[in-house]
Amino acid sequence: MTTMTLGKALNSGLRRALAADDRVVLMGEDIGDLGGVFRITDGLKAEFGANRVVDTPLSEAGIIGTAVGLAYRGFRPVVEIQFDGFIYPGFDQIVAQVAKLHFRTRGTVKMPITIRVPFGGGIGAAEHHSESPEAYFAHTAGLRVVVCSNPQDAFVMIQQAIASDDPVLFFEPKRRYHMKGEVDEQASLADQKPMGLATVAMPGDDVTLVTYGALVQTARDAATAAAEEGVSIEVIDLRSLAPMDVRTIEQSVRRTGRLVVTHEAGEQGGVGAELVARVAESCFEYLEAAPVRVTGHDIPYPPAKLEQHHVPDLDRILDGVDRALGRPNSLSGVEA
Amino acid sequence: MTPTDPVRTGLLTRDDEHDLTRMLEPDGTRRADAELDPWIADLDVSRLTELYTDLAVVRALDAQGVALQRQGEVGLWPPLTGQEAAQVGSARALRADDYVFASYREMGVAWARGVAPVGLVIEWRGAAASGWVPAEHNLAVPQIIIGAQSLHATGWAMGAAWDGADSAAIAYFGDGATSEGDVNEALVFAASFQAPVVFFCQNNHWAISEPVTLQSRQPLARRADGFGMPGIRVDGNDLLAVMAVTRRALDRARRGDGPTFIEAVTYRMGPHTTADDPTRYRAADEIESWRERDPLARLLAHLGALGADIEAVERDAKVVADAATTEMREACRAIPQPEPMSVFDHIYAEPNSHLERQRDRYARYLAMFDDGAGAQGEEAAR
Repeated sequence: MTTMTLGKALNSGLRRALAADDRVVLMGEDIGDLGGVFRITDGLKAEFGANRVVDTPLSEAGIIGTAVGLAYRGFRPVVEIQFDGFIYPGFDQIVAQVAKLHFRTRGTVKMPITIRVPFGGGIGAAEHHSESPEAYFAHTAGLRVVVCSNPQDAFVMIQQAIASDDPVLFFEPKRRYHMKGEVDEQASLADQKPMGLATVAMPGDDVTLVTYGALVQTARDAATAAAEEGVSIEVIDLRSLAPMDVRTIEQSVRRTGRLVVTHEAGEQGGVGAELVARVAESCFEYLEAAPVRVTGHDIPYPPAKLEQHHVPDLDRILDGVDRALGRPNSLSGVEA
Repeated sequence: MTPTDPVRTGLLTRDDEHDLTRMLEPDGTRRADAELDPWIADLDVSRLTELYTDLAVVRALDAQGVALQRQGEVGLWPPLTGQEAAQVGSARALRADDYVFASYREMGVAWARGVAPVGLVIEWRGAAASGWVPAEHNLAVPQIIIGAQSLHATGWAMGAAWDGADSAAIAYFGDGATSEGDVNEALVFAASFQAPVVFFCQNNHWAISEPVTLQSRQPLARRADGFGMPGIRVDGNDLLAVMAVTRRALDRARRGDGPTFIEAVTYRMGPHTTADDPTRYRAADEIESWRERDPLARLLAHLGALGADIEAVERDAKVVADAATTEMREACRAIPQPEPMSVFDHIYAEPNSHLERQRDRYARYLAMFDDGAGAQGEEAAR
């Protein structure tokens, strides 16, 4: 075990993937000599060369579209989108090309493309640098959408994403890049939990609290705070948004009877909406209270000085838990 | 066109926009071209007869596609008549190990890559998402999103170069596509990485109802200069010139000298698709003026000038074309209704719990009917 940051764990996972398969190529803006604006690819160009770690022109459609051609040729491209808000110029290539070509070619052409996206807010960034676009991709058939939340998962899941024969949108919680944790760099990839499965980040009995990415740590903090008041929260790290591991959540909800979902992205049409609907379909008779969503508002991501009013924090999450428990909360006595 | 120093830029551009690169006059007269003649020196009467047969087959398949649509056998067809020489001339310049990324209108290219006639219609009939296996023909599935394939070709070519292969990619797109970001981004990537790719733009003058002047105020080939690659404007109805410039561009790519942009100036004689009415946006005399530049008649006249028995050439070509169109018609009508549960196939390469749940549910739903999937299949077919 080694203690390292989430960002370093990604770097280590990418290095492993590059070394394990010479068809893996990294592509993106500034990922070579600079090592990426977040330094996730630091040192990899020097180690593997300019044909394996490729600095590209500033063109998201270009990066993803050429990755499609490389996949046609048998490469496994790993592309870095510099910031969440920059993915939209490449949206067509992702949803109309990357997602569909395996289907269109009746499985004869694989699109093992990993699209890395630093996402989410909380770092006081300029506009277009704090977005949570994951639901757009979770809605698209043919794509897998996963989110890492801690260094060990970052190290393992990035390798699993690259090894997958399916295209993977790989969301990285940029505000947790510097979060440290234990990483077992020697562990065999084959022994790891599949990236499509959720994990119980903290066990608990009273409320099931589901989230992903940067908010997993916030949810853990909320659970620790709630424990002091005698409320036992089970925190589930969803990890995979598409497909969604509903079974793990069902098992928890059937025990706790209460569900709270939290994410930074807006509420309408979000991942939480899907999760709540799925649980309502399969666990209706187990629910003691209506499921609760604690999300970002349905607004453009606000200026940095206001972002703490948008991104769910520990207190907003606990307020949602209070709603699920029927305790006094911000909606008590208020018409919904 | 502004003269450009070919030594400095490597440009292959001919300097007069009124004087396209052309090796056959509309009446079939051969125009000597010291620079390009060596690139087609192997085309004897026998080989030219084969190429003429290709043109005739492609035109006949296109007419058959329109007929099949009119008779309700396929839902839509995007005619290519008028563009046969551009498609066949360029596709026959390729090697088997080159990779083609084309749009929905390149049935002539698909034919030249060995796709069986049924492969040309199954997607338009709505019975499959594509008509062939890409690896069997080194031909990507056809692209409907305008210009998206230009990036795929560029990426493939970048990979070929990294692999140390001397194969090249070719991207086919139309004049309308040159307005799309993807095509411009592909030109940037190809130039930056000196990728072995040929951009083959068929300027057929009309993007549905929009004239090429709405896409560009200058000849499209001139744009290549801005991206730092050679651009050449060729008479797209002249099979010899198309083949010569494409071979030269492919050779350049194989030698590691980077991409080339070819603008093949041609004309779509029919509608954009069978759903379109071109009489609403273009005049009959415009079409007539292009009929005088017909690519088939031009090559046939050239064969005559070379001493070939052109009546026999035409007759023999018709036999091949008739066989191909008959095969396409019969194969099209014999395409079975796909199995209902096949809608769930090949979405993912690896298991997906969400989709498996949906698949299981729908299978249970279908099983409620006495005749199971069959009733659903007939319903869908109506």
